[in-house]
Amino acid sequence: MIEYIPFIAVVTMIFIGLYAVLFRRNLIKIVIGISIIESGVNLFLITLGYREGGVAPIFTSLPPGTTYPAGMVLPVPQALTLTSIVIGVAVLALMLSLVMHIYRKYGTLDVRKIRRLKE
Amino acid sequence: MNIIDVLIEQSPALIIAIPLLGAFLMPLVSRINSTLRNIFGLLVLCLTGFFVGILASDVLANGPRLYIFGAKDLAVPMVRILFEVDSMSIFMALITMVLAFIALIYSWSFMKDHDGLDKYYTLVLLLITSTFGMELTGDIFNFFVFLEISCIASCALIAFWISEGEALEAAFKYIVVSAIGALFVLFAIGMLYAQYNALNIATLANVLKYTFLDKIILVLLLVVLGMKAGLVPMHMWLPDSYGRAPPSVTLIIIGATLASFYGVLRVIFTLYGNVLSTTMRFSIPLNVLVGWILITLAIISIIVGVAMALVQSDFMRLIGFSAVTEVGYMFLAIGAGIAALGTPYATTALQGGILHLLNDALDIGLLFLVAGAVYYTTKKRSLDDTSGLARNMKYTTVFFVIGFLAVAGMPPLNGFASKFLIYESVYQLNPILSIVAILCSILMLAVFVKVFYAVFMGPELPAFKNVTEAPRSMLLAMGLVAALAIFIGLFPNLVIDALVKPAADALLNHAQYIGTVVGGI
Repeated sequence: MIEYIPFIAVVTMIFIGLYAVLFRRNLIKIVIGISIIESGVNLFLITLGYREGGVAPIFTSLPPGTTYPAGMVLPVPQALTLTSIVIGVAVLALMLSLVMHIYRKYGTLDVRKIRRLKE
Repeated sequence: MNIIDVLIEQSPALIIAIPLLGAFLMPLVSRINSTLRNIFGLLVLCLTGFFVGILASDVLANGPRLYIFGAKDLAVPMVRILFEVDSMSIFMALITMVLAFIALIYSWSFMKDHDGLDKYYTLVLLLITSTFGMELTGDIFNFFVFLEISCIASCALIAFWISEGEALEAAFKYIVVSAIGALFVLFAIGMLYAQYNALNIATLANVLKYTFLDKIILVLLLVVLGMKAGLVPMHMWLPDSYGRAPPSVTLIIIGATLASFYGVLRVIFTLYGNVLSTTMRFSIPLNVLVGWILITLAIISIIVGVAMALVQSDFMRLIGFSAVTEVGYMFLAIGAGIAALGTPYATTALQGGILHLLNDALDIGLLFLVAGAVYYTTKKRSLDDTSGLARNMKYTTVFFVIGFLAVAGMPPLNGFASKFLIYESVYQLNPILSIVAILCSILMLAVFVKVFYAVFMGPELPAFKNVTEAPRSMLLAMGLVAALAIFIGLFPNLVIDALVKPAADALLNHAQYIGTVVGGI
């Protein structure tokens, strides 16, 4: 049971984020929702990368008795997570700057009042 | 080994590297001179185009080509990124190349009076890079990375006219939709990695077992990529962002959208190629189920697109809705191709869909260029505010007529060639689908005849007494697209034989795609 807890957390985070995006009216809260989904997905990738009894793949500091390369963990999920975090920062910054400009233009962050593109 | 062989071997990497490097050199070059900046942009594209050209000639002659970033020995797992280029990828790359080239020529005059053009050109080149990346990569995580780059670059370009509130709204809508979509793609990639310990599309396709998780992954990937391609009911971002982006970059954004469509093809035909004929519950094979779901959504897209286009008053937004219709035609064709997999008309449907990909990009692109020219000379977006422009803008009017006849599928133009293939093959699957498609095509003609009368015909307004023809570079860009449209319309067989047939065969023959990487199957 205990090993399922990270996956439960992942699903909970994704649903909390989706709830925020779909039902919150404030643009900042929508951005926060997307950020929560992203953290959930990153947590999912990190959870996949965990191997019991695995050793970090740093060749020069292997603990004695570890066989090379079978004892080391392949760091692909961690690499994916790092990439995803970097991309996430870029998207977050872009979204927040858009929100800033929208606030300057409309004077509000309420999505119900920012709807000129609707026909 | 002579120099051309070396260049061909390195070209998959160079096609990505040259525009990427060009993008980051652009701010430096812009500091010198604005003419030099425009020439530099075109030079970068010419160089990329040269590599796309030689790679295309090689791939079409010798089959798929592999490019390995990282460990060359394929037996060592996971420490590399593979680029795999087959006829389908190179067909998409050629479309992107043509669109990018035309957009840059058009931008020369169109964006002349705007500020911040160094950033504009940087973003344009980044968007081109990411589109090429999505089309050439053979690694599914790499696909996600390029998808995100294209999302960021297109969002920034949609919001380029930042003083307009609507552009900001469209950009925010676009980035929310694509950011969530991309995260779900990443989630699906995580699930694939967890099951098969691989990220390479060919390796994954080889070992895919079609478990319960794989069904979820298929749904996630199809929904997200379908959304990014503009399929109803997830189309709402498309008319907004096409309508609000500067018309000079809409062409390139169309290219990025088509790259998502290519992603749908790659997922269905290659990633799930081995399990497509697996029987599901109630003894329905997977291909029939996926095919009919796509056909249903496609028919809804076609109808919704035309119906919404009829009631629009904003010129560019109207074209955006007709773009939704065209996306519907492409999905109708590939849906029919999947549902009837194995029959001769399925191949025809697939060829029609792939040819329509090119035609959609050219026709919708031409209409956006014309709308941009009208906006450039009159500064008006609404159909109600413009009238009688044909008096002063003769060439633009001619190009508009070519564009709308092509979109509506009138015989001497390219739209007819692909739509006819689609009608013919879909008719054999189910006649009703074909009838709906033809009716909507006629409605499309009605939509654009209305636009034609509102914008180009009618009484001359005093405000437009002194409007002049669009500048020369814009006319050149429109002329190039119109010439291509007429050429493909007159000689569709040349294009079908040279490019479309190999692309369709590459999709259907997924064993070759897998075998290039895995070997010996």
